[in-house]
Amino acid sequence: MDYATLLQVLDTTLRLATPLLLACLAGLYSERAGIFDIGLEGKMLAAAMSAGAVAALTGSAWAGLLAGIGASMLFALLHGIAAITFRGNQLISGVALNFLASGLTVLIAQALFQQGGRTPPLSGPARFNAITLPGAEALRDVPVVGPLYYEVISGHSILVYMAFLIVPLTWWILFRTRFGLRLRAVGENPAAVDTAGISVVGLRFAAVGITGILCGIAGAYMATALQAGFGREMTAGRGYIALAALIFAKWRPVAAMWACLLFGFFQALALRPDVVQAVVQVRVPVPLLDALPYMLTVLVLAGFVGKAIPPRAGGQPYVKER
Amino acid sequence: MDRLPRWADITLVPLVSLLFAAAISALVLLVIGQSPVEAFKVMVDGALGSPYGWGYTLYYATSFIFTGLAVTVAFHAGLFNIGGEGQAQLGGLGVALVCLSLPWPHWTVALIAATMGAALFGAAWAAIPAYLQAKRGSHIVITTIMFNYIAAALLVYVLVDVLRPTGQMDPASARFPAGAQLPALNDIPGFNLIFQRPVPANVTLLIALAMAVVVWALLWRTRLGYQIRAFGKSEAAAKYAGINPVRITIIAMLISGGLAGMMSINNVMGEAERLLQNSSEGAGFIGIAVALMGRNHPFGVVLAALLFGFLYQGGAELGLWTNIPIEMRIVVQGLVILFTGALDMMVRMMLERVFRLFRTTKALRAA
Repeated sequence: MDYATLLQVLDTTLRLATPLLLACLAGLYSERAGIFDIGLEGKMLAAAMSAGAVAALTGSAWAGLLAGIGASMLFALLHGIAAITFRGNQLISGVALNFLASGLTVLIAQALFQQGGRTPPLSGPARFNAITLPGAEALRDVPVVGPLYYEVISGHSILVYMAFLIVPLTWWILFRTRFGLRLRAVGENPAAVDTAGISVVGLRFAAVGITGILCGIAGAYMATALQAGFGREMTAGRGYIALAALIFAKWRPVAAMWACLLFGFFQALALRPDVVQAVVQVRVPVPLLDALPYMLTVLVLAGFVGKAIPPRAGGQPYVKER
Repeated sequence: MDRLPRWADITLVPLVSLLFAAAISALVLLVIGQSPVEAFKVMVDGALGSPYGWGYTLYYATSFIFTGLAVTVAFHAGLFNIGGEGQAQLGGLGVALVCLSLPWPHWTVALIAATMGAALFGAAWAAIPAYLQAKRGSHIVITTIMFNYIAAALLVYVLVDVLRPTGQMDPASARFPAGAQLPALNDIPGFNLIFQRPVPANVTLLIALAMAVVVWALLWRTRLGYQIRAFGKSEAAAKYAGINPVRITIIAMLISGGLAGMMSINNVMGEAERLLQNSSEGAGFIGIAVALMGRNHPFGVVLAALLFGFLYQGGAELGLWTNIPIEMRIVVQGLVILFTGALDMMVRMMLERVFRLFRTTKALRAA
């Protein structure tokens, strides 16, 4: 593999890692607060459809982004009501909302546009287009570093940079603010938080709300930046890969970024079987590359690559003393 | 707090949940500019209005009985097996390997062998998540989801690179030999008086019903079933009573995976007669809705499977005859899971309030 091909693959990696990263960080807030969320997939899908539809109707990618966040928040709120208010089974609620999103997105897109459940193709300001970072053109001819900066780092949509900025922001919120401390506490020992006079329900709803916002950005990115419009089932299991990355990263923000980059790299490789074949000298079946993130996650879960211990109160509804 | 009477808990809670799901589905149809009444008519007509429609409804119901029972058995052991889809697809692989391996003399022999193959492959696919849950403490929900995706990738590989006959374009196995083809209900004496046109529902329906009885007997009439239920209710108490948690987790998941795998004799052997990509078509996930709706009881599962069979056939008819996309059935499925599974407490609290109202008026009258 030559340098130019490597840069191409890395560029695709960044592009594909972004929705994973946003969804993964989304899951991080929720799970750190003790609410399991296997509904990341559904929230992303709902956001992608809303973003695609609103961007097509208004011609503004930003309006699409807002609509995406709104739709995702709505699903997050439903999950919160089921999981927090009515203390329902969080896993079942997530499964239900995924199905709901899967069906509703097609129904609504079909009713709005009659294009077989797709939203119309977006172009111009209705999409988040690539931006060239300062100095990229000038540095382009510098050997090694220049092309890396120009090809890989520069030339993405603003949402990609936003996603990577949210990583340190999340670290700071979780580990350096009072809100973050309480959020982590409510995921480990909600009774202690309650005893301290802080609302468990309030904190958990806040966490679920943040999950909604981040999944909304992830979905909007899918429909208005990565691709030009919404198509049915366009998230294609990314919500679950994000969940896998979250476990792989042991619920830590910076590690989550590396995990998502790794899984994004696998996805990029799956698009280029010719490159893989040239490197390993054996024909690797594409399905194997597709399955790699999932197999890695199972290995991590099995404790062969360091043990992943979830937040202690995860998945359990909090019942105040009766 | 007042508790609901037992009959209300068994009948009213699922019915009210279903009503909620139906009401919201109707609302969704109104929002997208369709008539719910019209849609319901098309569904009832297409799924229940003719023996032909029933043939499809029962065909879907057969698959859902298997996957519903699979989820039920795991639920009773306190395990949420979300991997029915992957287990069903592996079961399909088992069926295909068995059916293609020999020139089967008669379908009865082939059926027995294929059932074993399906159950074995399905169980094997559940075995790894079960082992990881029991021994290494990794969460069964996440591992079974991962195994669904791994199964899908594995089947793509097997169908494209291994089982696909040379010269065939689409990723599918060869057609099964004539001796491995199951009789449909229209081929069976007695049933053929009702089903005069060829229908997809086949002899597997009877196996599914038999399995419902077997699962009931297993759970409520055997020592193993008692251990499974005890373990599901309280792991600590079960351990104290000398029940081995590793053994119960693995056995329950093997049974669950085997049942999910067995649905493949219905769709792969009974209908498609070759292994196709994504053969289970989401039936593994519908098992979750069926088990929840059926209150985790085999009898309830059969009823819920019929309901979902109606929903699936009716939904397909909607896609054919109206402007309502076929995805409507996924919406209903999601709503049923939401109300019967996650918002269970809400429905219960509402019913409790209603019952309390009745009780107070009765008490007043008596006074």
